[in-house]
Amino acid sequence: MTQPGRLPVPCPLGFWVWLGSQGAEEFGVSGFGSGDCLAADAGVLGCMGLTGSCVAEEERRVRANAREYNEKFQYASNCIKTSKYNIVTFLPVNLFEQFQEVANTYFLFLLILQLIPQISSLSWFTTIVPLVLVLTITAVKDATDDYFRHKSDNQVNNRQSQVLIGGVLRQEQWMNVRVGDIIKLENNQFVAADLLLLCSSEPHGLCYIETAELDGETNMKVRQAIPVTAELGDTSQLAGFDGEVICEPPNNKLDKFGGTLYWKENKYPLSNQNMLLRGCVLRNTEWCFGLVIFAGPDTKLMQNSGRTKFKRTSIDRLMNTLVLWIFGFLVCMGVILAIGNAIWEHEVGVCFQIYLPWDEGVHSAFFSGFLSFWSYIIILNTVVPISLYVSVEVIRLGHSYFINWDKKMYCAKRRTPAEARTTTLNEELGQVEYIFSDKTGTLTQNIMVFSKCSVNGHSYGDVQDMLGHKAELGERPEPVDFSFNPLADPRFQFWDPSLLEAVKLGDLHVHEFFRLLSLCHTVMSEEKSEGELLYKAQSPDEGALVTAARNFGFVFRSRTPKTITVHELGQAVTYQLLAILDFNNIRKRMSVIVRSPEGKIRLYCKGADTILLERLHPINQDLSSITTDHLNEYAGEGLRTLVLAYRDLEESYYRDWSERLHRAGSAPEGREDHLARLYDEVEHDMMLLGATAIEDKLQQGVPETIAILTLANIKIWVLTGDKQETAVNIGYSCKMLTDDMTEVFVVTGHTVLEVREELRKAREKMMDASRSVCNGFSYQEKLSSKLTSVLEAIAGEYALVINGHSLAHALEADMEVEFLETACACKAVICCRVTPLQKAQVVELVKKYKKAVTLAIGDGANDVSMIKTAHIGVGISGQEGIQAVLASDYSFSQFKFLQRLLLVHGRWSYLRMCKFLCYFFYKNFAFTMVHFWFGFFCGFSAQTVYDQYFITLYNIVYTSLPVLAMGVFDQDVPEQRSMEYPKLYEPGQLNLLFNKREFFICIAQGIYTSILMFFIPYGVFADATRDDGAQLADYQSFAVTVATSLVIVVSVQIGLDTGFWTAINHFFIWGSLAAYFAILFTMHSDGLFRMFPNQFRFVGNAQNALAQPTVWLTIALTTVVCIVPVVAFRFLKLDLKPELSDTVRYTQLVRKKQKAQHRCLRHAGRAGSRRSGYAFSHQEGFGELIMSGKNMRLSSLALSSFAPRPSSSWIETLRKKKGCEGSSAGSPSGADKTLKV
Amino acid sequence: MSCEEQLRNGGCLASRKGAFGDGHRSLCNSLRQGWEIAGIFLSFIKPFRISQEREPRFSQRRGGQALEQVARKAGESPSPEALRRREGQPILTAGTVLPAFFIIGLIFIPIGIGIFVTSNNIREYEIDYTGTEPFSPCNKCLNVSWDSPCTCTINFTLEHSFESNVFMYYGLSNFYQNHRRYVKSRDDSQLNGDNSSLHNPSKECEPYRTNEDKPIAPCGAIANSMFNDTLELYRIDNDTRTPITLIKKGIAWWTDKNVKFRNPTGDGNNLTALFQGTTKPVNWPKPVYMLDPEPDNNGFINEDFIVWMRTAALPTFRKLYRLIERKNNLQPTLQAGKYSLDIAYNYPVHSFDGRKRMILSTISWMGGKNPFLGIAYITVGSICFFLGVVLLFIHHKYGNRNTSADIPN
Repeated sequence: MTQPGRLPVPCPLGFWVWLGSQGAEEFGVSGFGSGDCLAADAGVLGCMGLTGSCVAEEERRVRANAREYNEKFQYASNCIKTSKYNIVTFLPVNLFEQFQEVANTYFLFLLILQLIPQISSLSWFTTIVPLVLVLTITAVKDATDDYFRHKSDNQVNNRQSQVLIGGVLRQEQWMNVRVGDIIKLENNQFVAADLLLLCSSEPHGLCYIETAELDGETNMKVRQAIPVTAELGDTSQLAGFDGEVICEPPNNKLDKFGGTLYWKENKYPLSNQNMLLRGCVLRNTEWCFGLVIFAGPDTKLMQNSGRTKFKRTSIDRLMNTLVLWIFGFLVCMGVILAIGNAIWEHEVGVCFQIYLPWDEGVHSAFFSGFLSFWSYIIILNTVVPISLYVSVEVIRLGHSYFINWDKKMYCAKRRTPAEARTTTLNEELGQVEYIFSDKTGTLTQNIMVFSKCSVNGHSYGDVQDMLGHKAELGERPEPVDFSFNPLADPRFQFWDPSLLEAVKLGDLHVHEFFRLLSLCHTVMSEEKSEGELLYKAQSPDEGALVTAARNFGFVFRSRTPKTITVHELGQAVTYQLLAILDFNNIRKRMSVIVRSPEGKIRLYCKGADTILLERLHPINQDLSSITTDHLNEYAGEGLRTLVLAYRDLEESYYRDWSERLHRAGSAPEGREDHLARLYDEVEHDMMLLGATAIEDKLQQGVPETIAILTLANIKIWVLTGDKQETAVNIGYSCKMLTDDMTEVFVVTGHTVLEVREELRKAREKMMDASRSVCNGFSYQEKLSSKLTSVLEAIAGEYALVINGHSLAHALEADMEVEFLETACACKAVICCRVTPLQKAQVVELVKKYKKAVTLAIGDGANDVSMIKTAHIGVGISGQEGIQAVLASDYSFSQFKFLQRLLLVHGRWSYLRMCKFLCYFFYKNFAFTMVHFWFGFFCGFSAQTVYDQYFITLYNIVYTSLPVLAMGVFDQDVPEQRSMEYPKLYEPGQLNLLFNKREFFICIAQGIYTSILMFFIPYGVFADATRDDGAQLADYQSFAVTVATSLVIVVSVQIGLDTGFWTAINHFFIWGSLAAYFAILFTMHSDGLFRMFPNQFRFVGNAQNALAQPTVWLTIALTTVVCIVPVVAFRFLKLDLKPELSDTVRYTQLVRKKQKAQHRCLRHAGRAGSRRSGYAFSHQEGFGELIMSGKNMRLSSLALSSFAPRPSSSWIETLRKKKGCEGSSAGSPSGADKTLKV
Repeated sequence: MSCEEQLRNGGCLASRKGAFGDGHRSLCNSLRQGWEIAGIFLSFIKPFRISQEREPRFSQRRGGQALEQVARKAGESPSPEALRRREGQPILTAGTVLPAFFIIGLIFIPIGIGIFVTSNNIREYEIDYTGTEPFSPCNKCLNVSWDSPCTCTINFTLEHSFESNVFMYYGLSNFYQNHRRYVKSRDDSQLNGDNSSLHNPSKECEPYRTNEDKPIAPCGAIANSMFNDTLELYRIDNDTRTPITLIKKGIAWWTDKNVKFRNPTGDGNNLTALFQGTTKPVNWPKPVYMLDPEPDNNGFINEDFIVWMRTAALPTFRKLYRLIERKNNLQPTLQAGKYSLDIAYNYPVHSFDGRKRMILSTISWMGGKNPFLGIAYITVGSICFFLGVVLLFIHHKYGNRNTSADIPN
């Protein structure tokens, strides 16, 4: 049994690849073609992927063990395919796809134009060289991507599973599994398809699964076969099973399934409780059999995954618009020049025919104008050079590598560097306005730590020297030594020795406190060998509490349906378990009723303080008020609190009550209500024991990161599947919510009307407040909010908490705008109990109405939809599997890196891309527009100003690398400053650095340059002669002069634009100039001319022209005239209206620490209001399961049967799981976890 | 703020020697501004100094930290940090921009004056002999065609003597030598003496590629439209016409004459034989091998032909026609006085409103008369200087005193 491995190969697009027990090494990875779905069954495949083209399935009929029967429905096979090409189709398909890009087609069109001699104003190679270059690069990239997709497809498709065929189990590859097959799964295997659970090794057909890959929940879940099939124990019986399932068609609802099993003329209803979904992992179950209902693309997982959308950045879109505009501009220029040509040919050209007759076939000036239009389209096409797209890609690739290489985003503990999985989105990281974050595993580590407790009015757990942050190990004293207790969990740490002393001194309250913790829970224990206890907790909270009790000497050892055995300070005591009053959302508490060995009956209860404190006996009043103080204190620190209480029950009372309970339990209707009432009755007049405080450990640096991101004007929404209380708690502990907030609106309505009403009220309140502030009525309030908040944009700070079921209503078409308005007016938004789909909907909503860049960050499979929907998806690697990472655009292992990703990398990327684009458009306009001006002096004949080689190489060689270097390396302020002044992030959000206005400025500058570039040499050359008397103004010398000035001017300009000089910048800029002259002299050399006289006509031109002082004087003049206004303008702007970044650059001498900010981070909201909840993230129903004894086989009942099992996998799994939930050191996977306890 | 940071960010050398307090910041600033002027060049050197200082600290920090090592292995090879250390962040400050403007002004104005003066000292005389005006002696030749030569004489007076060598040009106006179809209408391979091209000229030469099934040598519109007026200059001294020696060699670029243009090679040096099988351009009165009696100025390497083939960039242009060398140091090349220009008027330009000129000019180190360049230099230099003054004023009056207080947090 291998551990879940990480993906061995980068898999940029194959989002659905799970890697678990079956690693890549197990099956040879085949290359293109082999093991492909196409080979496996081409017939079915025609349908998949394009389900739309098939007739929609209305219901699904599946008969077990009847392949022929099922085949007529043509259900999708279990093979999935994400790759696009195979070796044969690659070239045509890829080229076809590439030519679907407008740009490529455009250049192809140009190429064809250039082949027409009447039109061709340039040689064909000026276009084909760049085009081929671009096509090749893209093709290589596509091929690599697809290769990895093939690899991962093969990996998944070739996983083995045991299929029951003809009464025998056969090893088959996943892709060969058909609908209607019965397959056998073993422990820790991935479920291959959506199965109907038929039977399992566990009693009652139970089966445990982990659904982390599917919905992100790490809790183990129970599935149960329907009783009739659960009895089918062996293969022969199963082979004879011929039931037929009629069920719903494939859909993406993870938690719903409806169908009926027809077998032996009986009907059995089926629900989700009977289903094993693809992507789950079988846990704690030796084996099970299942009937394949949905396979391959029809599985709920695949249906849920949605299509991978190609994400484009807003700059991309803007760029495309601008390119269209430029194209329009190009056509306009073409038309102007064509008209000019027609007029010229009509007025002058006709007469000039004695020296220059019209081309054959040209009989009118009008037709000549028409041809000249196309000729000009060809020579002016360089305003949108094809190298633009390539350069943009290269720059983004460079930025991605910077992210990948960033040491400061490398998590040493998990050995995971940050990874830019998409290379196309970098600059959008500099424009993010909304962050949607998952909670568990993203903000928190999903580790619960028993942190503090209050027993009988005494608070334990405080560390004397420091109250603040818990992470710094160095500042803490030695942890409490639990070595006296052989059963203690070595990973548990506690810092206050007085609690242990109290236990040792025999403080009865403390004993009772821990006794309660060891009894009142639904944890299952397992003891492999003596003393090696493993707890299987439904929720990490419970695990933390039971583990705490264990370490303090009250070791929960084992349980049976009727008993609980606890080692109390070394002595085994067995309590008789009379009842479990299970947890549910409304009760917010759970109780157990136990009979101690002495025969006393006692009810132990733990629950939310709001509920429990009201149910205490009046004599607890004093204690209750002290405990309340403690609770406030704990809550202020963001801890999750629980209140513990007990009640002694009279034997007779209990008899009576249990009698009634029994009756209520078997009542045909209103059972729930009856039970609730009875529970309510008995949980009364309780004696307060104390309170516990559990720390839901935040990821490192979360509050700081959130604070800085907030300062950068980024709004953070938390979308979590967790409960409201938990989510709110975390909101407080990561300082998204503070007590200084004017109000936190909670929307929990169950109906449309309620939700609408609640939203309306919230809006009204906000509006009232701001109105009154405006009128100066509540000046006080304004003042106070000003004092407390760093950012003061709106009148008050509000937060919105909305529940999943309310959200469902709020997201309906007629209310979504209302909801969005309300939510966006709030500083913080927390959505709890949301489904993966809702997460995506929320993101979609903001995207739709806000025109803002959204970023979604999450770590679990339940975040996949949101990650894919948002403009940018970030996956947290290393916690809950890798689905989120695979779907993400960026991944790293800690939430705090987000700060660096956005404020440093994103900001820089944006800045660089903007500067790059500005410069790029500038240089091409400066370059191309010269032709336009020249047109007026050459009879609009589409004669180029430059040598054709210069035109070919200008964008590829002479000016490409310096601007690339700037696009890759430039920065305005160093990284520390971006973190210090989050405000620097704002230009990106407001899209200030590259927008239509900036674009026009660049274009104007380019045109200005082109005018000077043409008219200054024109002025000089008009009458000038060389210093040897010969003509200076010959065409070739003119071309060389203009080209040289152009190269020099754009080089100086890039020097001005470069804000950050690296050696590479120097090298590229000087190198480009050197290359220009080198190539110029080579092209104009005798040798080349002798070989190809017709190709290198400029022979001798460079040395003749550049030897002239006049030429150099012209170049110098042009350069100065082009550059001086730019410098003057920039200087004025800097001097009079500096941008923040300029100021920061200028005042880099000033170090301004964020002391104020730190202060506000650390100490804001100390006096916390109490907001505690029964913060258990587990479901109800486990109590019943325990009491029924159905699942008892694992522990006491079946220890013996477990022992001889050769495989140690079960223990390994549990330990690993434990390692994930509990604490770190020791376990083999410990290295993957960041844990500081 | 540590010295390294100052160095890295602004590049203040002074502070490298020791910690400077706040009071010394202004000194540091001014030094830095000076430093920035040197900007680009020095930033090559700067990184090395810094890296020398910083390197040991880097290694110390890294040393022993195994995890860091892992980090490097895991994700980074040539980290951008290595590049970042060689950084420089230039910024347009008053200390760099204003001096630059003044310096440009101070350099450009003298250069401009120099050019202007030089240009003004150049003698130039120009005669338009197109003959469109009715009283012009060449008016009779206005409707000349290729096969009916016409001669006319224009008398003129030079007010000033031309001291140094004189260059004689013909100038054409409204003649589109830069038209795309015109420019490409040549076969450089043929002109370079390639025998196969000689007999099978490039398609670019159409419609002047063949004539009566014989390949045209030289082919193409450029060659076909070669300027063929003959100009002769006489000094009129007491009614005697003394011809002035016009040198026709040395008017083409050396590379053109020796590399680009070559006569076809073959047995013997008889050009007539070498051009056997080709025909003359349509407009030419005689074939290419009869352009000049001297063999080293005949055929494709005829210098008048070469000069013509170097097409002009603009529709109005002048081309060097002849040289008049100064004979001795005592006499100017062309004395002030009366001259007459004899023109064999063969080249029709009237139909397309073209003009023909004859220009006599001396030259200087920067070529012929060129008033534009001098004036442009003076203007640009003055503007720069003026801009410098204005910016200095603005900077002092309204300029941003950048302080940390400006940075909102």
